[in-house]
Amino acid sequence: MGSTSAHNNGGLGRRDVIKRSAALGLIAVPTMGFLSACATGGGGDNDKKTDAPKGETSAENPLGVKNGAPLEAFIFKGGLGDQYAKDAEADYKTKYKAEVKHTGTQQVGPKLTPRFAGGNPPDVIDNSGADHLDMNKLSGQGQLQDLKALLDAPSMDDPTKKIRDVIHPSTLDKGMHGDKFDVLYYAFTIYGTWYSQKLLDDKGWAYPKTLDEMVTLCGEIKKAGLAPWTYAGKFPYYVHFNLFGQIAKIGGMESWIAIDNLEPNAWTSNDAVKQVAEHYEELAAKKYFLAGSQGLTHIQSQTAWTKGNAVFIPNGSWVENEAAPTTPKDFGMSVGALFDGSGDKMPSGTLRGEPSEPYIVSANGKNPTGGMELLRIMLSKKHAQNFATKVKSLTCVQDATEGMTLSPGLASASKAVKAAGPNLISLQLQEWYPALTDEKIGGLTGQLLTGDLKAADWIKKTQAEADKVAKDSSVTKFKRTS
Amino acid sequence: MQHGKYRFIVGFLALPLIIYGIFVISPFIQAFQISLTDWSGLVGSSKFVGLDNFERLWDSDDFWNALRHNVYMLALVPVVTLGMGLFFAFMLNVGGKQKKNEVVTGVTGSKIYKFVFFFPQVISITIVAVIWFNIYNPDPNDGMLNSLLGAVGLDNLQNAWLGEKSIALWCISAVMVWGHVGFYVVLFSAAMASIPRDIYEAALLDGANRFHTFFKITLPLLWDTVQTGWVYMGIIALDAFALVQIMSVNMGGPDGATDVMPLRLYQTAFRDSQFGYASAMGIAMLIVTMTFALLTMRFARRERIEY
Repeated sequence: MGSTSAHNNGGLGRRDVIKRSAALGLIAVPTMGFLSACATGGGGDNDKKTDAPKGETSAENPLGVKNGAPLEAFIFKGGLGDQYAKDAEADYKTKYKAEVKHTGTQQVGPKLTPRFAGGNPPDVIDNSGADHLDMNKLSGQGQLQDLKALLDAPSMDDPTKKIRDVIHPSTLDKGMHGDKFDVLYYAFTIYGTWYSQKLLDDKGWAYPKTLDEMVTLCGEIKKAGLAPWTYAGKFPYYVHFNLFGQIAKIGGMESWIAIDNLEPNAWTSNDAVKQVAEHYEELAAKKYFLAGSQGLTHIQSQTAWTKGNAVFIPNGSWVENEAAPTTPKDFGMSVGALFDGSGDKMPSGTLRGEPSEPYIVSANGKNPTGGMELLRIMLSKKHAQNFATKVKSLTCVQDATEGMTLSPGLASASKAVKAAGPNLISLQLQEWYPALTDEKIGGLTGQLLTGDLKAADWIKKTQAEADKVAKDSSVTKFKRTS
Repeated sequence: MQHGKYRFIVGFLALPLIIYGIFVISPFIQAFQISLTDWSGLVGSSKFVGLDNFERLWDSDDFWNALRHNVYMLALVPVVTLGMGLFFAFMLNVGGKQKKNEVVTGVTGSKIYKFVFFFPQVISITIVAVIWFNIYNPDPNDGMLNSLLGAVGLDNLQNAWLGEKSIALWCISAVMVWGHVGFYVVLFSAAMASIPRDIYEAALLDGANRFHTFFKITLPLLWDTVQTGWVYMGIIALDAFALVQIMSVNMGGPDGATDVMPLRLYQTAFRDSQFGYASAMGIAMLIVTMTFALLTMRFARRERIEY
C-alpha cells in the first residue's frame, strides 16, 4: 500500500497539484503569449523603408516593374474563390518572368497582423471576409500604398485611357481614406432581395414593388406552405444588406450620410428607420421567416433557399457563385430592387450596388510596384471578363461584360443596375465600423427578426450603440459628404 | 557529497529553465508591458498610455458580460463533468453485480464503455465544435437533434438551439461536458483501480450498498484526483474560446448571449486591431484564472487519507 495518494497512477500529490495548476493558469491564456510574440517579431521600420525594386518604364510597363522581382499575393478565398487572381498572377509571371507566391485564405487578419507588425507584409492583399484587417488603422499608420500611380497608368486595353477612366466612379470614392486613394475595390456587388424567377412564375406571383405588397405576398406564400424569407442567422448582418439600403432609399442619402457619420440622433430622427424597422417587426410577428433561420449559417440558409423552402433571401451578388453547388439548373436566380415605402426620397428601382472585394498594396512590402501592376492586369477587360465567367460577379471595370452571355443571376444583376441608372446606393457604415454593424447592430437585428425585440427598441438601442462608437476615442472616425 | 548538490541540480535544470523563461515567462511580462500601450498590432511602434486600457476594461459592459458567461460555465460545467465522470467511473469499476470470484466488478461491457467515453477526447476540439454545430442545425430535416426529436414525436421540443438567446450558452456548455467527461472517466477509473480491494470487501461484508461505498470510500480516497480535475476543468470553463468561436451565432451571439473573455480578446486584437487593450484583457484573464486556482486549492483542502 502506498503511503500517499501521490503514488496512485495519474493521481498527484498536493504540491504537484499546486505547481500544475499554476502551469495550467499560464496556458489558459495562450493568446497572450502570441500577442507578445508579435511585439518582438519585427520592430517598426516605418522610416527606413528598403528600396523597392524599380525597372525601366515603357509603354508596355508604365509603372516600371522590375523583371524577375518576386511578388507575393494574399487572396481572400471566400464566396468568389481565388482562381481569378491566380489567372492574373499567371499573366504577371509570364510577362515579368518573376516568381509569384500565392496564398488563398479565409483568415486574412490573423495571418497578416504579425507580418505587418514585423514589417514584411505581402505585396497585394484581398482584404475581405469576416476576419479582414482594419483598413482604417492600416491607412492611418501609413501601411497602405497610395494607388494614385495605378489610377494614372494607362489601361491595358486602350493606352489612351487611364485606369481611373475605365473603372466605376464609385470605386474612386469608396477607396479613399481622407484624400488618399489606397484601396481598390475590385468587384461590384449588387445587394438586394434574391429569389427564384421560376418559383415565382410557377406560382403566379409577381416580385412586389412596395413594402406593403411584400407583406401581402408573404401571406400568400405562407398559405401555399412555403416560408417567405430566410436569412443567415449566424451572420445577422446579411440582413443589413437589405435593411440599410432600404432605409437609405426611403429616407434619402442625406439622412443616411448622417448615419455613416455617426451624427447624434441620426437613427432616431429618421422616419425611414422607423418604417423599415416596423416592416421587419411585422414580418417577424407574422412568422414570415423560415423557422430556425436564426441558427443557420449563410451556406445553410442559401441551401434552404435554393431547395425552395423559402422564397426570398437578403444577399449580395456573390451568392450565385457560392450557392452554385446546390442551385437547380432552371432556378432562374434573380435580384430585385429595393421596395418603395411611403414618402420615398429616391425613385422606384433604386438599387444598392457598390464596390466590394478591397484590394490593397502594402507600402512597406518588397515590391509595391509589382503589386500595383498585378491590379492593372486584373483591371484589363480580359481579366474582368474572366472574373465574370468564373465567379459570376461584376467588376469595377465599366461595361467589361458587354456582349458576353451572362449567367442568370449576373444577368439579372446587370439588368437591375441598368434600370437603376444613377440611383445606386453606396453605404459606408459597415466598411468603416464593422464592430458596430456586424456585432452590435447585428445582434439587435437578430433579435428583431425573432420577434424578441420591438422596432422601437431596436432603433433606440441601435442609436445607443452608434453613440458609444462616436464617443470611443480608440476608433478612427471617417466623414463623408456625398 | 552534499556540497556539489546544487551545482549538480542547476547543471541539469539550466537549459529547461532558460527555455521556460524565454517562451513562457517573458511573453507574460511583455504582455503586461504591451497592456500599458496603445499598440495596434499593425506597426512596430506604440505610445505609453499607463493604465488607460485597464480603466477602459473596468468600464466595459462587453467584458463584464463575457466574464459573467465564463463564471456561469465555471459554476456549472465542472460540477456536471466531474459528477458524471465520477458516476461513470464508479459504475465501470465497482458498480457491477457481484460475481463468484470477484467481489468488486464493473458493469457488463465496461471496457467498451471506457473506449466510447474516451472517444471525444481524441478528436480535435475544432472538429467537435463543427460536428455539434451541425447537430444543432435548426432545420427539422437536416439538423440531427431536431430530426431526432421529430422522429420520436417531440416536435414541440424542436428549437433553433444556438440561435436561441436563452439556451445558446447551455447548448455550448453541454458540448464542453460531452467533450471532457471521457477524460475524467479514465482518470477516475485509474485512481479507483488503485484503491485496495479489501476496503471494499470489508465494507460489503458490513452490509454497505453502492451508495454508501461511493460516498464513504471511493470519493474520500479520490479527493486529490477530483481536486486536480476540478482546477483543470475550471480553467477549461474559463476559456471556452474554440467552441464559442466556431459554434455561436454572430461571434458570441445571439446578441452577446454566449460571449466569453477569450473571444472578446481575439476580436479586440484581430478585428479591432487594438493589441494594447487586448493585452489588458489577457492580464485580466490571468488574474481571474489564478484567483480561481488559488481559491480552489485553499478551500478544497482536506486531510489526506493514507492507506
